[in-house]
Amino acid sequence: MSAKPEINADDMVNIEINGVPMQAAKGSMIIHAADDANIYIPRFCYHKKLPIAANCRMCLVEVEGVPKPLPACATPVMDGMKVLTSSDFAKKAQQGVMEFLLINHPLDCPICDQGGECELQDIAMGYGRSVSRFAEKKRIVKDKNIGPLIATEMTRCIHCTRCIRTIELVGGDKELGGMGRGTKTLIGTYIERSVNSEMSGNVIDVCPVGALTAKPSRFAARAWEMRSTAGVAGHDCIGSNINTHIRNKEVVRVVPAENEKINEVWISDRDRYAYEGLNSDSRLTAPMIKVNGEWVETDWNTALEEVVEGMRANKDNLAGLMSPNVTTEEAFLMQKLLRDMGATSVDHRIGQQDFSDDGQAPLASSLGSSVEALESLDAALLIGSNIRHDQPIASHRLRKAADNGAKVMLLNSIDFDINFPIAEFIITHPDAFAADLAAMVKVALEQNSSATPDGLGALINDVIVTDVHRDIVANLTSANNSSVIIGAQAMALADLSVIRSLAGLLATLTNAQFGYLSRGANSIGASLAGAVPYAGVGGKAVSAGRNAKEMFDSPAAAYMLMNVEPEHDCIDPVQATSALKAADFVVCLTPFASDVMRDYADVLLPTAPYSETSGTFVNAAGTWQRFSANCAPLGETRPAWKVLRVLGNLLDLNGYDYLSSEEVRAEVARDTGQLKLDNTQDWQCPASLGGASGIVRITDLPIYAVDNVVRRADALQQTVHAVSETIAMNQATADKLGVSGAIRVVVAQHDDEISGELCIDARIADDCVLVSSGTVLSSGLGVPYQTITVTKD
Amino acid sequence: MQTVNDVLSESVRKEIEHWLTKFPADRRESAVIPALTAAQEQNGGWLTEEIMNAVAEYIGMPRVSVYEVATFYSMFDREPCGRHKINVCTNICCMLMGSDSVVEYIENKLGIKQGETTADGKFTMKIEEECLAACGGGPMMVVDGHYYEKLTPEKIDTILDGLD
Ligand code: SF4
Ligand code: FES
Ligand code: FES
Repeated sequence: MSAKPEINADDMVNIEINGVPMQAAKGSMIIHAADDANIYIPRFCYHKKLPIAANCRMCLVEVEGVPKPLPACATPVMDGMKVLTSSDFAKKAQQGVMEFLLINHPLDCPICDQGGECELQDIAMGYGRSVSRFAEKKRIVKDKNIGPLIATEMTRCIHCTRCIRTIELVGGDKELGGMGRGTKTLIGTYIERSVNSEMSGNVIDVCPVGALTAKPSRFAARAWEMRSTAGVAGHDCIGSNINTHIRNKEVVRVVPAENEKINEVWISDRDRYAYEGLNSDSRLTAPMIKVNGEWVETDWNTALEEVVEGMRANKDNLAGLMSPNVTTEEAFLMQKLLRDMGATSVDHRIGQQDFSDDGQAPLASSLGSSVEALESLDAALLIGSNIRHDQPIASHRLRKAADNGAKVMLLNSIDFDINFPIAEFIITHPDAFAADLAAMVKVALEQNSSATPDGLGALINDVIVTDVHRDIVANLTSANNSSVIIGAQAMALADLSVIRSLAGLLATLTNAQFGYLSRGANSIGASLAGAVPYAGVGGKAVSAGRNAKEMFDSPAAAYMLMNVEPEHDCIDPVQATSALKAADFVVCLTPFASDVMRDYADVLLPTAPYSETSGTFVNAAGTWQRFSANCAPLGETRPAWKVLRVLGNLLDLNGYDYLSSEEVRAEVARDTGQLKLDNTQDWQCPASLGGASGIVRITDLPIYAVDNVVRRADALQQTVHAVSETIAMNQATADKLGVSGAIRVVVAQHDDEISGELCIDARIADDCVLVSSGTVLSSGLGVPYQTITVTKD
Repeated sequence: MQTVNDVLSESVRKEIEHWLTKFPADRRESAVIPALTAAQEQNGGWLTEEIMNAVAEYIGMPRVSVYEVATFYSMFDREPCGRHKINVCTNICCMLMGSDSVVEYIENKLGIKQGETTADGKFTMKIEEECLAACGGGPMMVVDGHYYEKLTPEKIDTILDGLD
């Protein structure tokens, strides 16, 4: 239900721009009509995605019959209006404005990072005069430190206020402002502080001059030295479109590519700056094998022979694990290879522990709507989601909805910092999620007096219903367009299957859509491609194998790992690393090498990260987005699809003669063609709603710890959102545990123990102890959402 | 941690409440100028970061927006200043009527330059004042909110000497 009004003739007026007759919507501005007709009017403050400020006056045009020039961005069209954008009169006005703008702007483009891609430079060339009559002193403004991501050179600022509007509208908080007035106006934060929005980098793109530029890539390349190549961001399930700028085979920076349906013109800082990880020192550049415990570099043939031997020798007990960030083609080929070898254990759901509804739950957990549609929701219940950090673009869409009055509601264990109005929220122990959802289901059942599904009656009889539950259900029911969404953080819950059943039922009862914002860039693509142990490509029946957790609980003899770092990524890092160490043979297809990897692996094959391979990501909305390699693979690195293809041939398997990743994709597309993404599932009554299990360790997936690339991106790791190596709980829990006031505490779970700094964090629910995943601390612990003990160190 | 109530006195909060009643409930930001004025008064004529933050929190608007207002208007000071603020208009009409000599006279009299405060903390001369909308009476100045027009040295002496 998108709220786009039908345009009928009455709403249109006839105007003329530069003699070209055209129609324009009533109430729209001259600049809109001109842009639609491809007639360029110079502008600085106007930006199609931002509220109109009309403060730069660069867009002055002549309107017949009006004695003064008018700003095209702020002058509504009127019937019969005749606009001249480049008459002598208009040009003179534009030149005048240009001259004023350049009064204080330094004329030293050769030493400015923006030189060559500067709107001011371009417009000065096209619309300015060649001389300046200003002989007085130019003003100089001290640069500000606004954090590790954005470099400032405020002397260059022309006060268009685009950055202020962007950070408020897209970043979600008003972090920048215009201080002072007149010639003394300064753009900044007033007090020295960093700009912390997870979307902050967007101010760089909107800044028409070199005042705000990307700090990590500052002075690294000139605009004309870089090749811009299209791509798809690989760190969340939104699949923002990006342009990757390459110089000398290296990614220099990443900027958004416009896609109205997905990311509009924005990207998250994670998608913008993660590329630094691609250039990290820990990149593996040549195949390596372990000979007598020593690592030696070798050629591809030798390494692949090693792999063939290792896999053949252990073919009866082989398992394969990949991250949800691999391409669809890679996922497909890896599961095909393993299955052709007779293996059954292959999975990509690295962060999940409850697999009890495999086969009943949907094969691929999708959003159930387009990304764009999030902004037309009237109500949404998010379960286990830190949407602002999990999928910043989805959060931006949802914020637009919330600003329009949508009721966004949350069920979480951590009171995450959300930058839009939240109508209702429940911050509770994860063991209570099921009971809370059951209470909502109970309300919904009473309300629409529908039959209670099998077995549910007994379960919900005793659940306590509160006003919050009633309000949530009322909001969902009364909305025209509502959605119940399970978030990325929920994927790790111990009772995911129960949450899934109840949430799905709640959605049905309240007439809401039901969807997921899951973890990783391509969990849907991987699932469709058959990278799950209970189904092959397109959901095809297969002989079932062990899932991402079981394959370590009952260890395999040999493992193939692709683009995954189990010590950080797996649900049970301790179990995973010990199984890998004990295995006979481990091969890693990986862009990076780490010490842990060198410890357990036998062969390391350098495979391409997303920037160096072609492939396809399927986003949360089910959109297949294909991309090509942005640059040549580093050193001896090869795209994983090629490596798997060659392995297939070396293993004498049939059907590995693909000439391009396109062919692989075509095969997956053919085999999944009939499959519609659908989140409905048959009602499975949960055995119980669980119950209080005391002090549990909870986890979250910090924004800059989500995958191997992001974890290596330096600038992101210097921000306030960098991974924090702490053991966090609220004051009440600390008191209860008797650790209040301690500097360090010890967390013990079964035989595992970690010790770390105690952090008192009021956002965390009672009886919960947060050790974030992706951290060094968490790699010393087992499965999250289990009981632990905490003592003073 | 200090709360808003610690920073803003009861009378200031009352004053802000009074102004808030004059604007629609979803336009609370409109009260920011009178709110800052009251808060500045309470603090002896200038605003600290803490006070601006408290005003932001009290009204429920972004801190940055409060800083914007406080830096925009010359009647807000963000540094300690004297008990009496002297604003001499130096805009065009007043200039034609001799405001330069008014400035010079006061500077000599008080022994400070524009933008400075006397050692005894009694007077601050504001740095530069644009048209204060009393052009017909130029040269003119505003001292502590009171308008004085058609200034002469004698008149200035009487005005300034009459302050404690
Ligand atoms: S910093 Fe850039 S975007 Fe911001 S006001 Fe100045 S010129 Fe405009
Ligand atoms: S673009 Fe129209 S005033 Fe700035
Ligand atoms: S010029 Fe001085 S009051 Fe107007």
